[in-house]
Amino acid sequence: MSTQSPVAETIDHLFRHEYGRLTSVLTRIFGTRNLELAEDVVQDTLLKALEQWRFSGIPNNPSGWLYKVARNKALDIIRRNKVQQKFADDVAPLLKSEYTLIPVLKELFDEAEIRDDVLRMMFACCNPEIPSESQVALILKTLCGFNIEEISRAFLAQQETINKRLYRARQQFRSGDVKFEIPSSRQLEDRLDNVLTSLYLLFNEGYNSSHSDHLIRNDLVEEACRLCYLLTENPKTDLPQVNALLALMLMHASRLKARLDADENILLLEKQDRALWDRELIRRGVFFFERALTEEPSSYHLQASIALQHVMAPTFEETDWPSILHLYNLLTERFPSPVVWLNRAIVVSRIEGPQKALEEIEKIPGIEKLSNYYLLPATLGDLNFRLKKYKEAYQYFEKAFSLTQSNAEKKLLRGKMNLCKWS
Amino acid sequence: MKEFLYLFRGGDSNPGQRSPEQMQLSMQKWTQWMQELAQKGKFVGGQPLTMDGKTVKGKAKQVTDGPFAEGKEMIGGYLIVKADDYNEAVELSKGCPIFENDGIVEVREIQEMPS
Repeated sequence: MSTQSPVAETIDHLFRHEYGRLTSVLTRIFGTRNLELAEDVVQDTLLKALEQWRFSGIPNNPSGWLYKVARNKALDIIRRNKVQQKFADDVAPLLKSEYTLIPVLKELFDEAEIRDDVLRMMFACCNPEIPSESQVALILKTLCGFNIEEISRAFLAQQETINKRLYRARQQFRSGDVKFEIPSSRQLEDRLDNVLTSLYLLFNEGYNSSHSDHLIRNDLVEEACRLCYLLTENPKTDLPQVNALLALMLMHASRLKARLDADENILLLEKQDRALWDRELIRRGVFFFERALTEEPSSYHLQASIALQHVMAPTFEETDWPSILHLYNLLTERFPSPVVWLNRAIVVSRIEGPQKALEEIEKIPGIEKLSNYYLLPATLGDLNFRLKKYKEAYQYFEKAFSLTQSNAEKKLLRGKMNLCKWS
Repeated sequence: MKEFLYLFRGGDSNPGQRSPEQMQLSMQKWTQWMQELAQKGKFVGGQPLTMDGKTVKGKAKQVTDGPFAEGKEMIGGYLIVKADDYNEAVELSKGCPIFENDGIVEVREIQEMPS
């Protein structure tokens, strides 16, 4: 990527940005059952742009150029296929009549409409009938302009796996049962939950540095934040939990540069150089945190509050652990899960010491659910290490090592195992 | 609900026949009217027609150019709408911009054939 010419980079960036918008507006026009048709038109449009701009240079209004070409392609397709093809139910009759085809098509390509279409696409991708990993894969494909190879790298999966996931999602779309709309107020909060879960999944794929390509990581983190931000721009979806999730993601993202050292080793919170934390991202995180204020905090609110505590501490030693513990107590009370209990225990270790934390961990309800989660043995290893029980610590780190796929995590754990051997 | 045919005669029945500026204005009015019908769930479909044509007539199937009827009579397009009865169909037709140019809307009920 970094070896591209500036022109190629501009085009790449533009295409990424417009891909989701074009796909969304064309899906609005052709209907969700014709998603593939929409994607084909977008591909054709971008291809045409590449071919033509190579000779004539980038036009003054490159986005406008793309939309015009896409609109004309849509016009052709509608004229050619209106007898056999079923388009989006509500606009189909108007598109089939020459009286209204061109004006209505123009209206549909209006900026405000396109922005709404992107949101509609988000909800459509997060249709509850579609399995969640398929949802995220589809978002990456349709809204973020990722190709199969890029999605595979993002998930550290085989291309075949990704193709299967996309296939499931596409099947659902083809059935015609996926509505292209921002759900009405009754269903909205439920469906929004789904969207937020997907966006957070997407974010974590990037944040957890499971792969060595930092460009992909940054892309995923950026895309998750961008899409969440779009939700705040529409009054229907500009809800407290959306702002809270955005705040949470921005504050986490602010630490990305400090999370890995020059050799791509993971640096945990304790060891990070806080001067490398991105102040601008923190500022924006805090901005959305304040915007998220509500009487009924969601899980994202509590998590964002915890992130805020870390962000406010000038050094690890000055972290306000009791406040963080209080927030975890609220989390375990209202949104309990074994992972949350585990993270809480880590905080307890900072206040009452590792032994107490070990006792807390033994009491975690549903701890069997964590049996394949590498952070459980990793944490037990850390706690035992702090108690100078090096043999036990080593065994736990070894277990954790076997449970993670990430090279960076494995490297970190191996380092800890070595420390055990030498202590 | 029944379906009714609107035949647009004369007046501004085919907006494609005017100067670009007039056409622009005209199209906007026709589009708006039809979108309103669509919003009410009454719009089924319709098309404008070009102003030429052929006529095939009689047992001999004689073909002539035309019809080139008097301006007032030439059919410029058609629309099919949903309505309960002629009253409703007539009322719905009144929003048509053709009347601004002294045009005519012929309203005809679509016959459901007996089984």
